[in-house]
Amino acid sequence: MKILVCIKQVPGTSKIDVDPVTGVLKRDGVDSKMNPYDLFAIETALKLKEQKGGTIQVISMGPPQAKEVIREAFMMGVDEGALVSDRKFAGADVLATSYTISQGVRQLDDFDLILCGKQTTDGDTAQVGPEMAEYLGIPHIANVLSIVDLKDTSIQVEMDMANTIEVAEIQFPCLLTVEKDIFQPRLPSYKKKLSTKDREIRMITFKDFQDNNETRYGLSGSPTQVERIFPPSVNSDRETWTGTSAELSAQIADKLKQLKFV
Amino acid sequence: MSTLICHQEKLNESNIQALVDICPFGALEHKNGTLEITAGCKMCKLCVKKGPQGVMEFIEDAATTVDKNSWKGIGVYVDHVEGEIHPVTLELIGKAKELASVVNFPVYCVFIGYNIKDKAQELLHYGVDEVFVYDYEELKHFRIEPYTAAFEDFIQRIKPSSLLVGATTIGRSLAPRVAARFRTGLTADCTTLEMKENTDLVQIRPAFGGNIMAQIICPNTRPQMATVRYKVMNAPEKQCEPSGKITLCQLDPQQLVSSINVLKVTHKQIEENISDAEVIIAVGRALKSEKDMAMIKELAQLLGAQIAGTRPLVEAGWINAKQQIGLSGRTVKPKLIITLGISGAVQFTAGMNSSEQIFAINKDPLASIFNIAHYGIIGDLYEVVPQLIEDIKGSKLLACAR
Ligand SMILES: Cc1cc2nc3c(=O)[nH]c(=O)nc-3n(C[C@H](O)[C@H](O)[C@H](O)COP(=O)(O)OP(=O)(O)OC[C@H]3O[C@@H](n4cnc5c(N)ncnc54)[C@H](O)[C@@H]3O)c2cc1C
Ligand SMILES: Cc1cc2nc3c(=O)[nH]c(=O)nc-3n(C[C@H](O)[C@H](O)[C@H](O)COP(=O)(O)OP(=O)(O)OC[C@H]3O[C@@H](n4cnc5c(N)ncnc54)[C@H](O)[C@@H]3O)c2cc1C
Ligand code: SF4
Repeated sequence: MKILVCIKQVPGTSKIDVDPVTGVLKRDGVDSKMNPYDLFAIETALKLKEQKGGTIQVISMGPPQAKEVIREAFMMGVDEGALVSDRKFAGADVLATSYTISQGVRQLDDFDLILCGKQTTDGDTAQVGPEMAEYLGIPHIANVLSIVDLKDTSIQVEMDMANTIEVAEIQFPCLLTVEKDIFQPRLPSYKKKLSTKDREIRMITFKDFQDNNETRYGLSGSPTQVERIFPPSVNSDRETWTGTSAELSAQIADKLKQLKFV
Repeated sequence: MSTLICHQEKLNESNIQALVDICPFGALEHKNGTLEITAGCKMCKLCVKKGPQGVMEFIEDAATTVDKNSWKGIGVYVDHVEGEIHPVTLELIGKAKELASVVNFPVYCVFIGYNIKDKAQELLHYGVDEVFVYDYEELKHFRIEPYTAAFEDFIQRIKPSSLLVGATTIGRSLAPRVAARFRTGLTADCTTLEMKENTDLVQIRPAFGGNIMAQIICPNTRPQMATVRYKVMNAPEKQCEPSGKITLCQLDPQQLVSSINVLKVTHKQIEENISDAEVIIAVGRALKSEKDMAMIKELAQLLGAQIAGTRPLVEAGWINAKQQIGLSGRTVKPKLIITLGISGAVQFTAGMNSSEQIFAINKDPLASIFNIAHYGIIGDLYEVVPQLIEDIKGSKLLACAR
C-alpha cells in the first residue's frame, strides 16, 4: 500500500513574544523542529506498513531548511520524501497551503492513504488536512483516535465525536488526520540516520506544478489576511489581597456571597 | 501576483544586518553583499515597514474582488449528533444576531441530519429568521461527502455573507472542506468577531498555543467563514414565542453518496465534564499528598463545584486526565474558578483564562497566575482553605436560620 504523510517544520518553541509597540514577533533563537503532532501521523504510517507492506513517503511545504524534518522522518523509517518549496508560496494561508501541497502530491503518486497530524503548534488551525482532501477529491475523517482494522481496499477507524465514539469504515483513497497518542511515536534511529544520510529528497517547485496560475499560490492565493498580531491582553481589573489566613478566607467568603456563589 | 523585492543597490553593510535582524522568520539571507529572500518568507511585510526606507518593496497586485452586495445574511451551522443540538449552536446564533444587526442582515441556520424537523422548531425560540433543513436518512451520521454537499447547496441557495461554525469535531472537519470548495477563507477558533459597515468580518484568534493573537480579515471572497469554540460566545435568552420559519431543502440522491460507512456508535459514559461546569476548583502541584484531596472535595461540594487541575496532578494520578485544564487538556469557561496552588503556566491558563471570575490562591506573590486572576490571594492554601470551608459553612447555617 502507498501511504503519504504530510509534515511541517515549526518553530522550536511556541513561546513567542510580540513587541507590543512595534508588533514585531520576537523569536528566541531560530530553532525549528518537526510539528510534534506529525510524529503521530508518521508512526501510524509505520504501523500500517508493518501490517500490510508498501511504501511511505512524506511531503512538506516550507523553506529549504524544512529538509531537516524530512531527514528526521527518514530516521524513523520513512522511505521517500519531497519538499515543496518556492518563494512564490510565501504568505500562504490555509487555502493556499492546502492547494500547494495538493499540487505537490499530484507530482508524486496516487496514494491509498494520506495522513496528517491533528494540527500544528504554530498556525494551529487544524484545517490543512480537510482542505487538502477537498482539493484532491478524496473523502477524509478527522480526529482519528485509533485504527480498528486495515483491509485491502478500506480502513476502519475510531473517531472521537464529543459525546460518542464512532467506528467508521472508509474506502481508499482517503485522508485521515490522527489524534495525538494514536500510537507512541518511535525515536529516530541512529542506524537509520547513517543509512539514509545520502538519500535524495525530491524538490518540487512552482514550475513543476500542473496548475501554473500564480494567483492561486502564496499571498495572492490566500483569501485571509492577517491585519495585525498582538500579545493576548492581560486582565486589567484585578485585585491582590494579602493578610492573615483568617482575614483572607473571610474576604473570599464575602466576595463569593456578593457574587452569589454561596 | 504580489511580490516582495529587494532593491539591492540601496543595500550597505549596516542596513543588511538590520534587515536580517528584522525578519522574524529568518527569510533574509546575507550573501556577499546581496540580500536573498528565501522560501521561508511569510510576506509579513515587516522588512518593508520597519526596515531601512525604500530597500524592501512590496508590490501588490489588484486583487480580484467579489460583489459583496450579492452576499447577504449570516449563516450558523447547527452542530448536533443524532439530532441533539450542541449548545455552541445557540452561542453562535447569539453572536450572529449581534453581527447581523450592524449591517441589517438576516440570520439563517443550516441544519443537516436525519429526523430533525421537530428539533429545528427549537431554534425558532432564539430569534433566527430562517432554518434550512436537510433531512435524509443518509445524513443520520456525520459523513463528510453528503454533509459537504448539503452545506454547499445551502450556500449556493442563500449566498450568506458570513458563516459561523462551532469548533467541534464535526465543525472542524466540515468547515475547512466547505471553505476549500468555495475557495474562501476560514479563520479557526475565533475568540472575537466584529462586523464592519462594508460587511467584512473582523476575526481575532489565538495562535502559537495562545501566545499571540492575530486579527484576520477576508475582504475579497465570500462567504467569510469562521469557527468558534464552545463557551466563547454567549447564547441569547430563549423566547417563549417562536419566530422565523423552517424551510425543507432537497438534495439529489447522488449528492448523498459516501464512501464512509459508520459501523458503530458508542455513547461515552455520561460523566461530569469540566467543560460544562459553572464552578470549578482547580488544584495544582502545591498539593502535598493525595489525601489532601479530601479538603478540596469538601470545598467543591460546598460551592457545587467540579474539581479540575493542572497536568502535574494528572501525572501524579490524583485527578484523571479528563479533569486537566489547559493546552493539552480541556478548555473551560466557568462563571467561577478558584485555583489553589497553581503557578499559572501559559499551557494551563490557555485553557481557563476566559473564565468569568478567577480567584487564585498562591503563596508566591510573583506567581504568574496573578496576572490573570481577578482576585489574587497571597496565602498558604493549607491555612486559607480549611478556614474558608468553615466560613462558608458558617454563612450557610446563618442563611438557613434566617
Ligand atoms: C498567527 C497566525 C494565525 C493564522 N490564522 C490563520 C487562519 O485562521 N486561517 C488561515 O487560513 N490561515 C491562518 N494562518 C496561516 C496558516 O497558519 C498557515 O498558512 C499554515 O500554512 C496553515 O497551516 P497550520 O499551521 O494551521 O496547519 P494545520 O492545519 O494545523 O496542520 C494540520 C496538518 O496539516 C499538515 N500540514 C500543515 N502545514 C503543512 C505544510 N506546510 N507541509 C506539509 N504538511 C502540512 C500536517 O500534517 C499538520 O499536522 C495564520 C498564521 C499565523 C501566523
Ligand atoms: C506542550 C505542553 C503542554 C502542556 N499542557 C498543560 C496543560 O494542558 N495543563 C497544565 O496544567 N499544564 C500543562 N503543561 C505543564 C505546564 O507548563 C506547567 O508545568 C503546569 O501547568 C504547572 O502546574 P502547577 O501550576 O500545578 O505546578 P507549579 O508550576 O509547580 O506551581 C505550583 C504553585 O503552587 C504554589 N504553592 C506551593 N505551595 C503552596 C501552598 N502551600 N499554598 C499556596 N500556594 C502554594 C507555588 O508558589 C507555585 O506557584 C504543559 C506543558 C507543555 C510543555
Ligand atoms: S516579508 Fe516578513 S518574512 Fe518576508 S522577508 Fe520581509 S520580514 Fe521576512
